[in-house]
Amino acid sequence: MLERVQSERIQSERTMIEIRDVTRSYGSFKALDNASLAIREGEFFSLLGPSGCGKTTLLRMIAGFDTPTSGSIAVDGQPMDGIPANRRPTNMVFQSYAIFPHLNVEQNVAYGLKRLKLQGGEEKRRVEEALAQVSLTGLGKRRATELSGGQRQRVALARALVMRPKVLLLDEPLSALDKKLREQMQVELRRLQQAVGITFVLVTHDQYEALAMSDRIAVMFGGRIAQVASPKEIYQRPVNRQVADFLGGMNFVKAEIVEENGASLVLDTLGFGRVRTDKPKAFMRNGGAATLGIRPERLRVLWDNASAKFEVAGKVVERHYFGEITHLIVEIPGLEKPLSVTETNDFGADDIPVGAPIRLAYDPEALVAMAD
Amino acid sequence: MTVAAEGSPPLRMAGARRNPLLQSEAVQGFALISPTFVYALILLVLPILVVIAHSFWTQNYLTIDHTFTLENYRIALTEPIYRDLLWRSLYISLTVSLLTVALAYPIAYFISFHGGRHKSLWLFLITIPFWTSYLLRVMSWKVILGYNGVLNSGLMGLGIISEPSDALLYNSTAVIITLTHAWATFAILPIFVSLEKVDRTLVEAATDLGDGPLRSFLRVTLPLSAPGVISAALIVMIPTVGDYVTPKLVGGKDGVMIANAIQAQFGKASNWPLGAALSVTTMIIVSLMAGATVLVIRALQRLAR
Repeated sequence: MLERVQSERIQSERTMIEIRDVTRSYGSFKALDNASLAIREGEFFSLLGPSGCGKTTLLRMIAGFDTPTSGSIAVDGQPMDGIPANRRPTNMVFQSYAIFPHLNVEQNVAYGLKRLKLQGGEEKRRVEEALAQVSLTGLGKRRATELSGGQRQRVALARALVMRPKVLLLDEPLSALDKKLREQMQVELRRLQQAVGITFVLVTHDQYEALAMSDRIAVMFGGRIAQVASPKEIYQRPVNRQVADFLGGMNFVKAEIVEENGASLVLDTLGFGRVRTDKPKAFMRNGGAATLGIRPERLRVLWDNASAKFEVAGKVVERHYFGEITHLIVEIPGLEKPLSVTETNDFGADDIPVGAPIRLAYDPEALVAMAD
Repeated sequence: MTVAAEGSPPLRMAGARRNPLLQSEAVQGFALISPTFVYALILLVLPILVVIAHSFWTQNYLTIDHTFTLENYRIALTEPIYRDLLWRSLYISLTVSLLTVALAYPIAYFISFHGGRHKSLWLFLITIPFWTSYLLRVMSWKVILGYNGVLNSGLMGLGIISEPSDALLYNSTAVIITLTHAWATFAILPIFVSLEKVDRTLVEAATDLGDGPLRSFLRVTLPLSAPGVISAALIVMIPTVGDYVTPKLVGGKDGVMIANAIQAQFGKASNWPLGAALSVTTMIIVSLMAGATVLVIRALQRLAR
């Protein structure tokens, strides 16, 4: 909670990175197709998408390692056209960390400062400060080859932060770490970003990573930006099936548009009957058909005689046990595909027999309409 | 885990049934190297021992006196002629290795960093001079540097000199030029290999931290390719000290090297013990020089940080 409040204080409406109509082609293949994006100052921004969606290409163009075929990129109001990577106010944490193997931790962190020829003990002070920020105090003399994966990542972070960049670019920084360390680093990265107030741009293919750390996320597919929004909105109001599918499971139900007006939609479905939902901002009607989505965890099992205002009835066809939750596959008459339901095991969902009749409650708020 | 624990005892028993000695990694390793090892023992170690033994004996006209003496070493180290030849050999080999490495590095760098899809083609092209014999390559330098050679006629044709210069051939410079060319490939390959191993993201990281192309080269690429530079320098330096074909063909009397003197002692002069002492002295000095080179490059590498 406290972090959220802080983040709103640090974040301003000022644009730090302006990406305008950027296209990057390799022959006839477009790695990035007419992408436009504005990243705000002090924001933790994530570029999320499957491999080959163009997110790394975009990050490398911001860093200056790649040039747009057309379009322009500006950082802090300065156009970056023709400015080489070594003169940009950005620093990068590489996926492989790129720790200089012939230097020790201290020398790695001080690498970029050497050229600045800082007076007195300034260089040493800044290196100490950066090492403290990433909790590596005392490891300055350690050789690069003697570091663990997590430590290498911290060195890479310190080496970039010590330069005090306007923008810190992170290229899948956590993908090489094991699950536990990754989750710990997610929290730490977020905390660090709050503390230093620098704009972070993170590239990741891990939706949970993006959801957990970001202020805003851009979801990308096939070189195009599909949706830019807060994690909550991306998860709850995905703009299309692709986005919905990429961010965790989603049940899709075929629907027919009955009525459409400025703010809402009325849809006819086979399993859920006639429903009224909010019309998403980016909704683009494509004939009379649409898709209605609902997340598996937004369907709740109704026990015994309990009833709900909105419910569907069906039959359990599969059950998968995951420890704290159980995954049920429920066949609903009229629906072509069975629904996935995730239920916590507090009330014995793990004991529901396969083949048993079942009733599921849902909140119409949880239904999201998507263009087909 | 369980699967592995259940699976391993039968495996170990199967191994025990056969000869456990043959199963051991060390024995297998020795078996693999033994043909080469025996070969090296017979043709390298034994002759060297014979040479070392001879260096402590005396030639007595047609027979050899087997009483222990250090007289040969006294001659080898104090006679001005041998001292001069040794110094000249060291000077030539050091210059040749410096020049070769300096000329080979840019080529290796170009192939490794800008060779693109044609890397193997470039490497293949570099080996083309080796399709002819070494003697032919040395002779062709004679044609280039000679009194009526290509270089002289070219310079005269351009009007730069009025009469042919005889300063080009039959001196130590001619030996240096010929050897530098002859050993280029042996220097390019190890440098190329070590440049290939330099992670390109490290260069990007250096650029990202503010280094221009020259600085990132000096601070990252060059120090990381030092192992290749060291082996290139040694590969060129060690054999060139003992080269005797090149000085004989293009060196004249100014370019004679220690190996020519050693050859003479074993041949015409027929003083094997002195030749042996000269050989041993040269070997020791070359080893020291090679060690010193490694130390110097390592020190330079540390300086670059």
